[in-house]
Amino acid sequence: MNHSAPALVAAQVKARRKGRLRYSTLRKLVPYFYVSPATLLLVLLMLFPMVMVFKYSLMDGAIMKKDAAFAGVQNYLTIFENPVFWQSVAQTMYFTIMSVVFHFIIGLAFALLLNTNRVDPLIRSVLRVLFILPWLFTAVIIAIIWRLLLDPNGVVNSVLMALHIINFKVEWFSSTRTAIHALTFANIWAGYPLYMVSLLAGLQGISKELYEAAGIDGANELEKFWYITIPQLMPIIISIALLDFIWTMQVFPLVWMTTGGGPIYSTEVLSTFTYKLAFSQYEFSLASASAMIILIISMSVTYFYIKHQQRR
Amino acid sequence: MAKRSFKNSALPTILTYLGLAIGLVFSTFPIVWMFFSSLKSNTEIFALPPRLLPKDFTLAAYLTIFNDPVKVRFFINSYFVAGVVTCLTLVIAILTAYGFSRYSFRFKNTLNIFIISTQTVPPITLLIPYFGMVVAFRIFDTYLALILTYMVFTLPYAVLLMTGYLNTLPKELDEAVLVDGGSSWTALWRVIVPVSIPGIVATAVYTFLLAWNEFLFALTLTKSMNLRTVPIGIQLLMGQHAFEWNEMMAMSVLGSLPLLVLYLVAQRYFLAGMTAGSVKS
Repeated sequence: MNHSAPALVAAQVKARRKGRLRYSTLRKLVPYFYVSPATLLLVLLMLFPMVMVFKYSLMDGAIMKKDAAFAGVQNYLTIFENPVFWQSVAQTMYFTIMSVVFHFIIGLAFALLLNTNRVDPLIRSVLRVLFILPWLFTAVIIAIIWRLLLDPNGVVNSVLMALHIINFKVEWFSSTRTAIHALTFANIWAGYPLYMVSLLAGLQGISKELYEAAGIDGANELEKFWYITIPQLMPIIISIALLDFIWTMQVFPLVWMTTGGGPIYSTEVLSTFTYKLAFSQYEFSLASASAMIILIISMSVTYFYIKHQQRR
Repeated sequence: MAKRSFKNSALPTILTYLGLAIGLVFSTFPIVWMFFSSLKSNTEIFALPPRLLPKDFTLAAYLTIFNDPVKVRFFINSYFVAGVVTCLTLVIAILTAYGFSRYSFRFKNTLNIFIISTQTVPPITLLIPYFGMVVAFRIFDTYLALILTYMVFTLPYAVLLMTGYLNTLPKELDEAVLVDGGSSWTALWRVIVPVSIPGIVATAVYTFLLAWNEFLFALTLTKSMNLRTVPIGIQLLMGQHAFEWNEMMAMSVLGSLPLLVLYLVAQRYFLAGMTAGSVKS
């Protein structure tokens, strides 16, 4: 039975035969045995690199110079003096907040539509599968699809012109006026399904009795939605929105593959700004400082996320 | 009277179907357009007026890809890296989830918070030290660099999903083995793993999805063409022949195919697993 078991667990069984004391000490180690591979890997690939990036951010010429000197907070000051950095902050926030809001609205609308029993159950289950599809596509492919659709000669312009909504071919991704909106739209399309899946599960978990009780009290559909559905979904909404905020703030491939931050920095976000510092300009110390700023923002939102998760 | 009951029952149903129809177009039109564009000739893609179905149906774009060993290699690399990452992640995640769901121990809460917060660490923050480390350890431009670094963001989800799933299994299941004198190791592999197949499938699909879609590390930690993965391959194709739309669409279809197939086959497990893991964890 134990021929394949690792030494610790085998010893646990042996010790059981030998004596109680040794067995109980070993028994205490068993949970650590199970969680140690993941812990070790995450410490090596997460905590250690974070210490490294912090160290880099305080140095002058990290990675590039063998004897990089300590520079204090100079890199951070240089970043703060860069107007493109502040433009990236503003654009990242616009992109993130719009995405989170519309992900939520679309996700909730789809979840509600899929949750009613007015619709044939078969249609409902097929649509449930289809509505999630955008989520499965990799950012590079999402970028390519939207570059095709939003090409000046693409189908979106053709349809909009046929409907007389626009009267010239809009260069969605290459005009400074539209690029950030086109980018945000593509991201909204790609990201609502996470909300939809979670909210649908949440909707199905709300007790029918709550609605019945409200119905007896004379509440109409809108009141039921506002006073039962929304409060019941609130814990899920907050969790998913906080996670989405953090993830969207870090977005890289979609921006890189549609606009690359251009035209003229009009779609530059914090991640592309940082990436260019590191891998186009080889300013690893400045990039580390910028990466630390992203980390600090992410971790402060994560703090609320964890507090919220633990309260649930 | 008849009109009144129409208002009460039929109108909301019609509006619901209308909403679902709009939703269907919104969610799938770009995907359908991509698919049919891959079957068009390059000149037909921007033809006016736009047509969804190709006039001259052609598999030329797909044949070009299959006949180009460099492009085939992108797919082999992606399958290999995502496959290895999924296997390793699953084994480690199952062990960790078992530890979390069946034992209470010191530092459990700390460790739990650590794993939850690793979900939100920005990849770009890790990328710079990874680049330094990968160069220092001389594993730049190797599969090992990709596999190791991918695990840092597949593991947290896999652990949370698996723990969420194992928490739904009654403790009596594995306690029976322990009472009979078996070890927890036996209980895990002989009892827990076989009944956790739905959770494992969900976790595997999600892990594979994350690894298959990864872009930033693949872009930065590899350099040679025979190590590039599909997302990077598509990016390179885009840079080189910016006007070969049908070929890029065909690459995109082929690059999405494994995820679509996995998802459609396992969607029952996947949706259940996602909600068990993400909503309740």
